[in-house]
Parts: sequence; C-alpha cells; structure tokens
Amino acid sequence: MITVEELSKQYGPTTVVDAVSFTVERNSISVIVGTSGSGKSTLLRMINRLVEPTGGRVLLEGNDTRGEPAHLLRRRIGYVIQGYGLFPHRTVAENIATVPRLLGWDTSRIRARVEELLRVFQLDPQTYAGAFPHQLSGGQQQRVGVARALAAEPAVLLMDEPFGALDPIIRAKAQEDLLDIRRRFGTTILLVTHDMDEAFRLGDRVAVMSSGRVLQYDRPAVLLTRPADPLVSRMTGVCDRALKLLSLTTAGEAAVPGDSEGPSVPASATLRDVLSELVWSGASSAAVIGADGAPRGQLTVAAIFARGRP
Amino acid sequence: MKRPRGPSIDRLGLLLSVLGAAALVLLPFVVFKANRIVLGDARGLFEVLPAWAAWGCQAVLLLAAVVALAVPGPKLRLAAALLGVVVLSLAVAAAADALTPAGDKVVRVAPGAAAWLLLVCLGLMATDAITRLRPGPLTRVLLLGLFVAVVGAALAHGGFDNLSVMREYAVNATRFAQELRRHVGLALGSLAAAVIVALPLGILCYRVPRLRAGVLGTLNVIETIPAIALFGILMAPLGALAVALPWAADLGIRGIGAAPAAVALFLYALLPIVANTVVGLKRVSRATVEAAHGMGMTNWQVMTRIELVLALPVILTGIRVVLVQNIGMVTIAALIGGGGLGTFVFQGIGQTAIDLVLLGAIPIVSLAFAAAVLLDALAELTDRVPA
Repeated sequence: MITVEELSKQYGPTTVVDAVSFTVERNSISVIVGTSGSGKSTLLRMINRLVEPTGGRVLLEGNDTRGEPAHLLRRRIGYVIQGYGLFPHRTVAENIATVPRLLGWDTSRIRARVEELLRVFQLDPQTYAGAFPHQLSGGQQQRVGVARALAAEPAVLLMDEPFGALDPIIRAKAQEDLLDIRRRFGTTILLVTHDMDEAFRLGDRVAVMSSGRVLQYDRPAVLLTRPADPLVSRMTGVCDRALKLLSLTTAGEAAVPGDSEGPSVPASATLRDVLSELVWSGASSAAVIGADGAPRGQLTVAAIFARGRP
Repeated sequence: MKRPRGPSIDRLGLLLSVLGAAALVLLPFVVFKANRIVLGDARGLFEVLPAWAAWGCQAVLLLAAVVALAVPGPKLRLAAALLGVVVLSLAVAAAADALTPAGDKVVRVAPGAAAWLLLVCLGLMATDAITRLRPGPLTRVLLLGLFVAVVGAALAHGGFDNLSVMREYAVNATRFAQELRRHVGLALGSLAAAVIVALPLGILCYRVPRLRAGVLGTLNVIETIPAIALFGILMAPLGALAVALPWAADLGIRGIGAAPAAVALFLYALLPIVANTVVGLKRVSRATVEAAHGMGMTNWQVMTRIELVLALPVILTGIRVVLVQNIGMVTIAALIGGGGLGTFVFQGIGQTAIDLVLLGAIPIVSLAFAAAVLLDALAELTDRVPA
C-alpha cells in the first residue's frame, strides 16, 4: 500500500507538485494521468525518492520512506521508465539480475529467478538470457525492463510511461501482461501516462492531474459519471463518454439470465464491443458465452443503453 | 553498378606502381659513404648486387606491381606486398654487405631514396590490404606482434649489421637501451599522472556544467603553448623549487632535465583526457542512468559500473591521442636535458650525421605506431555498445 500525504515539490518559486494526497490499495493498479508538465512524473519520482519532496511524506505499508537511505528504499521498489533504460553493456540475464545482485542474493537463487521471469515474459531463456538489449525488439526490451523491475519481488511497482514507445498492437499485449502480473504477483502498481484510454483500461483508480494538483482520484466510472472539475470531463472526453463508460464493464458482469437469438459474444468482451457487434449484425440482443463455452445469459440493447449513462 | 568485363586497373595500385618504378629507375638504391659524415655517392641496384640477385629483386617488385594493379583480392595483395618488403630488405642488406670491405668499421652504406620510396609504396599497399580485410582488434594486435617479432629476429640475427643505422646502434647500444627506457618512461609516466588527475577532473566537469567551459578553456590555452616555450616557462618555477626545497632537488626536480619535460607532457595530456571523459559520459543514455539510480545503485555504483564503463571507449580514444602525442613530444625533451631518443636525433642533427638521426627517429615512429594500434584495439574491445 502506498500512502501519499500532502506531497509537494517546489523548484525555486515554481510549484511542480502541490500538496497531493492519495492512497494506492495493496494489489491494485492506480494510474496518474495528466498532460505534460502536470507534475505527474515528478510525483512518481518522489515516491522512490529520485526526487526529494519539499513537503509532505510518503508511506509504504505505513512506514515513512525517509526512514532509510534512498538507494536501499529503491531496491524494494520496482521502477520502469519510458525507453526502459536497459544497461546496453549487460546481457538480458545480467540486466534482470541487477537488483538481486545489489541485494546480495546467492547465484543459484538469482539464476532461478531470472529464468522464471524470462518464462513469465515469454522470452526463451536459451535464446534470450545471453542476448544484449540492442538485439531485442522494442516489445522484448519493454518486457525485459518490467522483468528487471520485478526481479527482487518488490511489493510496489512504479511505471513512468512504460508503453509510450510501443506500437498499438504490442502496446495492447503489454497492457494485458501488466494486468496478468498484478494477478500473478499481487504487486501494487502506480503508473503514469498521458493516455486516458490506457488509464481507463488499466486503472482500478485514476488520478487526473493538472498544474501540480490532483483534480480527482476515483474509479474510472466515477470520473465519467461524476466529474469533480470541468477539466476532468474535458480530459476524459465528453462526446464519447457513454462508450468509455460501456468499455469499463464486461458482458459477463452485465449479463442477465435468458436466451438470445442474436450473435454470441464472449463474457470477457466489454459492453462497448457487444454494442458494436449488435449495431453491425442488426440484432437487438446477444448471447453471452463463458470462456468454458457455457452460456452465461443474454444482453439486450436496452440493458446496454442503461449501463451507458449515469 | 557493375563494371564492364575485362581487366580493371586498381587506382591506388597504379599510383604506387608508377611511383615505385620511377624511384627504382631514377633514384639511388643505396648510398655509399667513405665515412660517417662525408657526402655519399649513389649506387644503383645492378651496381651493387650480382646480376641474378638484381634481376630476381626486380622480378619480385614487378610481381608486386602486377598484383597491385590487377588483383582485387586483399589477401593476395597483402602477401605480394609483404614478399616485396622482405625481398627489398634482403637486397638492401646484401648491398650493404657487398659494399663493406670485410672488417671495415668506417664506411657507411645506407638505403637510398629508391629503397625508402619502394618501402613506403609496399607499406601502403600492405596497410591498404589489411584495411580491406577488416581484421578484428585482436587480429590487429596479433599482426603487430608478429611484425615486431619478425623485425626483432631479423635485427638480432645480425643480417642488417652492415647498414649505417645499425652501425650507429652498435656504437651506442648501451645508451640506446637507456634512452629508450627513458623515452618510454617519460611518455607513460606523464600519461599515468595525467590520467589520475584528468579522469576525476573530467567527471567533475561533466557533473558541474558551470565548470566545464572554464576548465576546458584553460586546458585549451595550455595546448596552444609551443612545447619549447612551455619548457622555458617551467624552468623558473621548478628551478626555484629545487633551490627552496633540497629534498625536491634530491628527487630530481630541477629547472632543466626530466622534471620540466614530465610536467609539460602532463599538462599537454590533460585536455584530450578531460575532454573525452566529458564527451564519453555525455554519450551515456539518460534513461540508462536514471534506471540505474531507480534500481537502487549508489552514486558510486552508477558511476563505476554504468557511466564509466560505457564511457570507457571514448576515454581510451583520448588516452590514445595523448600516448601517441607524448611519444612524439618526449623527443623535444632532449633539448633541455630530459633524455630520451630525441638525444640521438638532436646529436645527429648537430653532427650532420643522418644515420644517428634515424637511430632516434625510427624507434620513435615505430613506438607511436604500435601505441596507436594497441590502444585502438583496446578502445574497440571495450566498446560493447553498437552505434
């Protein structure tokens, strides 16, 4: 759990982060979204003390982060940046082993952990352990960057625009992987992005930031239905807010008992996708099918419409 | 674009062949002098060697020229050039033996302009072939080692003892060893001292941009002072120091001699190393350094394990510049009693004994060349980041 209390950063007369407070629950993903210059990266970097705050404090699992030297703190916090910053003179395995080595793990434990992570990230150890970063594709580099951040099993993972350099298809895959990591390792994740769709897709909670202040910190649906500030609705988008809202709910969650003559849709599809399918096929309802192939009920256009407004 | 079929002429080969042929026809092959300082008279290839040997030598040189003109394969070109060098050297040695009466220590036989020019042409052909082969750094060092071993063995064997340079060597053998050690010691010692000072200074300049312009500007000014003038400038303070502190004088610190030379070389060495350290560190990606800090490395670990390692090839390039520059500049130290191989050069100039000048100059050039090859290879080996 990350607790941020009245956190501020001033450079001379300029206030970059202005008395920000919020909490990231354990095993959840919070996303800070904002335009460039909103102070979101500075806020993130104050949590692992790459930037020292000028006011306020940060608690990790209830403990003040200033209670230990900054470099020791950082070894307990995963950190992924845009461009990944892989060490070009070290192999993939050595890159991933960075923090465990700093922590003095024994070699066999390091080797086992590196191999495990390579497999989790679908990188064959035989092929990739000895490769150098420049031999990898952008998507592979990104995965190695995340694997390196997770190597020492940190409870908290900080990510600064981690998918910024990826093309849309690989980006979607990387986002899936991140949700998977949260499930697999139970990591608490705080991610910074300027992409509102990414924020809505990944975040259990989203903080909208502007000029150093958090305008609203809430679940995505609440940001859409009850924006606390005109700027929040401007940033989340007004004209497609109904579709954004629909994209936050899956067919499985919204299905009601009953049969449908209409097209079948997977339970994992979002209501937005289901609506699109109904518009395309001209049907008025769809049958929801679980991952196991069993029917999960049905969805009518009217039911979907009802979910698309506050 | 593919060229039309038929023999195509290699341009470098054409230039080298024409130059070599003209030299062989127009210029003296060896120069014979009755003693060390009189003017010599020219001797052609056929005047000094038996007909079969002269024809043989010409045949080999002709073969090298044909290969240079018409054979594109670099391996064959290298072999032909090296064969030419070997045969040419043997011919010069044989000429010296033929012109020197048995037991005579007074007459001097030196390679003439033709021999030198041919050597240059064949050398260029060989280096061009090696460049085309693109050998890796280790192969280049190996080639250098092989070359040194062959030349060393040939000199040790005594086959060239009748050549004038080797005559000078024979007379000065003890001093040669001493001055060679002195030369290398001055070049390496001032380099080591400069690295110890310039590396931290470069890191500081990188870290504190406000310092950068001032430090680099000052070092630039030092670089523009002519060596002789710098020796002069250093004479007064070092002389005063020696008078004020007797123990300093005991350490060899005086207004003239090795001390001002070492200090001057040290000062000249600072700029390339400081500048390259700054450039090398700047080359390291910001994201990499940020990630290193973010992983929890201490400042020292980030500097030594990431930044300096990644900057090393560029820093080594600076050190290479300094070492080559030092080996050349130590020569001038001889003027203020600093010793080194320059002693022979200036002594030779004073006595108009060109052979003595060569006894100093040839090893200096060879040392600089070897240093350049070694450090280039080292810089390449440490550069594990492809551009």
